[in-house]
Amino acid sequence: MRIGVVTFPGSLDDGDAARAARIAGAEAVRLWHGDPDLHGVDAVVLPGGFSYGDYLRCGAIARFAPVMESIIDAARGGLPVLGICNGFQVLCEAHLLPGALTRNQHLHFRNRDQWLKVEATGTAWTNGFTPGQEILIPVKNGEGCFVADTHTLDALEAEGRVIARYIKGNPNGSQRDIAGITNEAGNVVGIMPHPEHAVEALTGPSLDGLGFFTSVLRSLAKDGQLAGGQQ
Amino acid sequence: MARVVVDVMLKPEILDPQGQAVANALPRLGVTDVSSVRIGRRIEIDFTGEADLDRAREIADKLLANPVIEDYEVRLVEGAEVA
Repeated sequence: MRIGVVTFPGSLDDGDAARAARIAGAEAVRLWHGDPDLHGVDAVVLPGGFSYGDYLRCGAIARFAPVMESIIDAARGGLPVLGICNGFQVLCEAHLLPGALTRNQHLHFRNRDQWLKVEATGTAWTNGFTPGQEILIPVKNGEGCFVADTHTLDALEAEGRVIARYIKGNPNGSQRDIAGITNEAGNVVGIMPHPEHAVEALTGPSLDGLGFFTSVLRSLAKDGQLAGGQQ
Repeated sequence: MARVVVDVMLKPEILDPQGQAVANALPRLGVTDVSSVRIGRRIEIDFTGEADLDRAREIADKLLANPVIEDYEVRLVEGAEVA
């Protein structure tokens, strides 16, 4: 399985995301923002950082990168895509996910280990968790406050598309404590905290982040078996 | 050349913590009669030829503003001194 990790100018966590993919057992393929070729990857991670300096708005310019045109098309066709932090912002700007990420309510950058409760476990990136599972992964953002209109929030809840909520303290004022969401099909997931920083005991507060990467491998393997069975 | 100005503001229902921080600082200046401050962004677009308001609206809608959280207004500035 090949997991592509995009590098935009200003990406910070592309190295860690590629490493997490390798630790999970995938081949990590580095994708470049200016190259629309996805090099046959089976899934894509949009990493954290400050794409294009986040001038204008977070993710607003990255959304128009050549690689994003291909990813938007492929995501609509079912390609699993995980956006972490800045990647989540890019997915919202690209309208692959609803809502927007705005300045933290208290205006402070937050950098700490954060407890989350996993909710939707039917997605490509969360199927290895159990509903209600509590996980600990780092959060680090200045503009992580998830906002959407009431109708959208209600729809996300009703359709079971909140994948994780902040517990034991909301770090940024996100509405309804939302830390991550998915699209209707469950292949596109955005999450503000950083699972790729919680994959090894030496550097992370837990190994809980690895579950996102092993989930997508499991999902791809299952799809492969189904495709094989139909042939 | 002609200039079009785009004003981008957070929608009224979206919290503006930056504006709130400014409002909270005003009493330190002795200002006590301000109930709210909201902060937006003004963008000046200089066209090489005639101003194209439709094009400016497209730029605003696709890039300058995020319609999920922001409203924008586009207007032509007559007689602007364009560099």
